[in-house]
Amino acid sequence: MNLKTEPSGKVMVVTVREERLDAHNSDELKVEMNRLFESGTKDLLVDLKEVRFIDSSGLGSLVSGYKNASTHQGSIKLCGLQTQVKSMFELTRLHRVFDIYQTIDEALESY
Amino acid sequence: MKNQIDLQITVPNQTRYLGLIGRIGENMARELDSFPGDRETLGHHINVVLTEALVNAIKHANTGEPETEVRIRINVCDKELVIRVYDNGQGFDLDLVPGNICPDPLNEKGRGIYIIRSLMDSVVYKKANGGNVLEMKKALG
Repeated sequence: MNLKTEPSGKVMVVTVREERLDAHNSDELKVEMNRLFESGTKDLLVDLKEVRFIDSSGLGSLVSGYKNASTHQGSIKLCGLQTQVKSMFELTRLHRVFDIYQTIDEALESY
Repeated sequence: MKNQIDLQITVPNQTRYLGLIGRIGENMARELDSFPGDRETLGHHINVVLTEALVNAIKHANTGEPETEVRIRINVCDKELVIRVYDNGQGFDLDLVPGNICPDPLNEKGRGIYIIRSLMDSVVYKKANGGNVLEMKKALG
């Protein structure tokens, strides 16, 4: 999976550089988020602007990140959700769990 | 019958083929000239349902048998879309997955069948051809 991880101030931004976040690759995102929290990251922002498709495994990996954030007294936010990806969050009611921002700039301003 | 498509695909029992199968289903929706609704949304839903059904077949129905195959059959006519995903494994009990209740959002797993049931009109899992088939139907017209 193609992930780009870079800091923006105190926030660690993970950009998913894939069109699909699904059962084939979502474990890699889960592992990366866990690695970041384990190594002391508190605020994680996942940028999904390149993702046009997400399945239940992709959603599950983000839920795993959410729980990890909680365990480490950190936070996880999402940005750049395309229409079809957002519809999957709404179908599964995950839009009420995550803080979701339209753009990375809006997300970074929220901290 | 006008606009009838009957597509059969067999792939190895591996998640690396999810994108291929999902895209085929999504592209098919674009060819449905007589569909009265939004073909982009229909295509997305077919992509999702195929992906979820394949993952189920790979992870639950064919557990411990990495060299088996999964067969997919997609039938479309003017009035109905039928997707069938065949597996040769021990199967699973669809009745154990509660109705159409949205799973707890904080569960990491367990959304697949709920998603399929939300997007399709009927979902049945039954014995077929020496194995099992997950049969999903959606009215189109």
